[in-house]
Amino acid sequence: MTAITTPAGVLQRWIDRRSPLTRAAELRYRTIFILPTGACLVFAAMVVAIWLGAVNYSNNMAFLLCFLLVGFALVAIVHTFRNLHGVNVTARPPAAVFAGQLARFTVDVTNPAPRTRIGITVWQPDLPGRCVDIPPEETATVTITVATRGRGVAALPPLVAESRFPAGLYRAWSRIRLDAQCVVYPAPEHGAVPPPDADRSGHRDATTEPGDDDFTGLRRYRPADPLKRIHWRSLAQEQELQTKQFSGGGNRASVWLDYQSLNGLGTEARLSRLCRWILDAEREHRAYGLVLPGVRIAPGVGAAHRLRCLEALARFPEVA
Amino acid sequence: MTAPPPAGIAHDRLKWLLAAMGLVIAPHALQLPLWLIISVIACGGLRYLLSLRGDALPGRLTRLLAVITATGAIYVTYGTILGLDAGVALLSLMAGFKFLELRNARDALVILLLGYFLVATAFLFDQSLLSAAHAAAATWALTTLLITTQGASDASPVGAHARLAGTMLTQAIPIMVLLFALFPRIQGPLWGMPEDAYAAMTGLSDEMTPGAISNLSQSTDPAFRVEFTDGPPPRGQRYWRGPVLAAYDGQTWTQERTTGRNATEVRALSEPSRYVVTLEPHNQPWLLTLDVATSVDHTAEFDRAHQLRKSTPLRERIRYEARSALHYQLGRSLGDGERRRHLALPDDAHPQARELARRWRDEAGGDRDVVEQGLRHFASEPFSYTLQPPLLDDDSVDQFLFETRAGFCEHYASAFSVLMRAADIPARVVTGYLGGRMNPAGDYMIVRQSDAHAWVEVWLEGEGWVRVDPTAQVAPERVEHGLAEALPDGDPAPGGVTGGDGLVGSLSLRWDAMNAYWNRWVLAYGPTLQDNLMQRLSLGSWQRVVIALTATMALLLGALAALLLYRSRPRPPDPATRAWRTFRHRAARAGLRAPASEGPHTFARRAAAQWPDQAEVITTITTHYLRIRYGRHQTAADMTALRRAVRRFRPSRMSGDAPRAAAEPGAAGSHAG
Repeated sequence: MTAITTPAGVLQRWIDRRSPLTRAAELRYRTIFILPTGACLVFAAMVVAIWLGAVNYSNNMAFLLCFLLVGFALVAIVHTFRNLHGVNVTARPPAAVFAGQLARFTVDVTNPAPRTRIGITVWQPDLPGRCVDIPPEETATVTITVATRGRGVAALPPLVAESRFPAGLYRAWSRIRLDAQCVVYPAPEHGAVPPPDADRSGHRDATTEPGDDDFTGLRRYRPADPLKRIHWRSLAQEQELQTKQFSGGGNRASVWLDYQSLNGLGTEARLSRLCRWILDAEREHRAYGLVLPGVRIAPGVGAAHRLRCLEALARFPEVA
Repeated sequence: MTAPPPAGIAHDRLKWLLAAMGLVIAPHALQLPLWLIISVIACGGLRYLLSLRGDALPGRLTRLLAVITATGAIYVTYGTILGLDAGVALLSLMAGFKFLELRNARDALVILLLGYFLVATAFLFDQSLLSAAHAAAATWALTTLLITTQGASDASPVGAHARLAGTMLTQAIPIMVLLFALFPRIQGPLWGMPEDAYAAMTGLSDEMTPGAISNLSQSTDPAFRVEFTDGPPPRGQRYWRGPVLAAYDGQTWTQERTTGRNATEVRALSEPSRYVVTLEPHNQPWLLTLDVATSVDHTAEFDRAHQLRKSTPLRERIRYEARSALHYQLGRSLGDGERRRHLALPDDAHPQARELARRWRDEAGGDRDVVEQGLRHFASEPFSYTLQPPLLDDDSVDQFLFETRAGFCEHYASAFSVLMRAADIPARVVTGYLGGRMNPAGDYMIVRQSDAHAWVEVWLEGEGWVRVDPTAQVAPERVEHGLAEALPDGDPAPGGVTGGDGLVGSLSLRWDAMNAYWNRWVLAYGPTLQDNLMQRLSLGSWQRVVIALTATMALLLGALAALLLYRSRPRPPDPATRAWRTFRHRAARAGLRAPASEGPHTFARRAAAQWPDQAEVITTITTHYLRIRYGRHQTAADMTALRRAVRRFRPSRMSGDAPRAAAEPGAAGSHAG
């Protein structure tokens, strides 16, 4: 973030104080700033040129024109301000995404006044924005996309609502900090992943049917295979390390997805694996429960359950 | 934070931009050379076609070549690229070329600013009401396009921008008036004036050779306008004194170089009358007064020849009040040097005239007799009055007096002065205006350039300088009725001189009256009048002016902001909604929450279930509210019944629910119903 000690940082903090984090922002006089644009400076230079000519030639009509344009430029401040004043900006709760996808925030820009607002741009600074006209008492929607990197919660970044209407001589702008958050699930692990360990996850309970876990054979050890499944005998026979594989009526039985069972992986990798398992289980309509340190979600299946589990992954505290 | 990238110029916007600039340049077309007008139109037309077909604009090299060629052509045409005319030509051409590289909003801004500047330059040629109207239209058009190209989104219609531009310019008018009146004026010029700046100004010249006033008489431009406090003077007395010409070289009358600072003493023999003159700028230092003025309220001085002069040439329209006595004595005594100068004639000039004058001197008893003899000579001999006198190539005075005998005021004044000087009577030529017509539409007198006149002053011992008008002897109508009457039939009078009768004449007088007010209240305002105004408003120091200006402008803008924001606030809820909100508010205070999404029916059912004793009142409220909001037939009685029912609604507090927790009617209420 911006350093607090630099002048820009101080200014930024001052502006932030004036635009607190809210669910719905109404652009009022305290939060709207207005500054001349480059066009205004050129316009001013032209007015000064007319004034010099008027003085030199003692030309009263040129004086009148010059002063009319000065008046116009001053009146334009009020009009530019008014175009933004009273506009309401709210963000809808966005749909959750997986890490790496774009979080899409839908922002409603409402014009409560009985006149059209013209050329209002609500945008993220330094990214292309879209200019909207809003008829009286109507709402325009603007989509703000935010790239996500890691899982967790992506907040809607501070937005800027701005307008140069009518004359383009001034830019009225307001910094809007909306309290909108997009849940970002961990990115599901790609490729082939070992299936979740259904039997010896340590949380076997009465609902789990026994006999599902028939031994089916051995395969090569892969990192993160649970220690319980390692075929120690093959190690003793100085063969390659093998992992025992089990199969069983997984389609009918519920499976526990356990954070602790994923040894040898980092936190984020474990969460990715769990995420993938959740998605796979959902696809196969297999009941699954989720166990995270401090969180235990009983087995189930369906959109709501999936949402709950994925959100638990997203909000899993970051381990340093 | 950077701005969104400037968008390109849509075709329909380009059309309007072209039209606006056409309107701006149109009055200049009268002064611009034909090739230039064609070039500018060609540029605009080409840009239009390119936009229509979606083709690429010309490359940089082409544009550079075009600019160099055009600048060269302007230099060839005008001999400079700096003068006023050349400057306007260059600006117009640049605006045309800029169209060829018009790609985005920034280019459009350059064109529009050039446009504003061109509107301003048009005033250097013409400041009439008509040009003011044109400038207003052009400014409106440019401002509309400023909104269209700079501030608005591509979707919003240009018509709305035109309305907004009109509104904003109207709102700017109070600030314009304020700045116009109070913004400190500096006396121009700031830099060397281009030579041609005042070429258009007409007026009396500071020298007179027969022929010069003949040209002037062709112009019907107003020289000045006069308002009289005590009514206008009689027709024969409307002599407006201008430059006095006392130095003579045998051909040309000029002003004396050293006129002396000490003014000639004026003794008023009748009550001086007051009048206010609005004088058109004529690029010369003198002011005009009715005959011999006794006082004036302007910073100008009377010199030895009783000319009223300023220290600088008059380049702005001014207004001043003066007093003049119609009967007066100008000068008490004549010094020797002065006397000699006013008798001086070149030695070998005008032998015949001198001979004639010597004869008069011998025959007459005194100076006055000689003067009268001279006037009689013009009356009795066959002299005629014409604006188209024959050329005088030899000895102009002798030739006029003894051969052609046809001329106008200059010839008569010049010849009479020569005759008087030859007869040993000090004499000089006074130029100015004679006449002036009252404008019935405006209650003031217009004196036009065509009223220019020249007469003679002779020095008579004991009487001072006495006005003698030899032209009156030849054409008395000139004095009594003006130029048009004095001219013989068939002699073309300058257009407009005859005006005043009939519909056209009366319309033109009305038009002049409007122009006169315009001149009087707008164009005549300058540093001098501003000083007066400042004194009257007790804004003596510039600090006070700055404070007054800033404060008033802030006040104006504040008032405007308050008005605009007040007008654009959300619509207040109608009475029915207000009553319904009160109902919900009371229910909420008693503990019945209502989510914003809940409809009136559902809410009413819940409320009735909550307070069975109030069920009847709740039903009344709901029925009337729904009928007012959605019903086809609604009456004022519904509203009354609704209000009364809401007042009767007194819910008991719900048990176990804190009233504070439920009291959030503000947010919920705005969506109610």
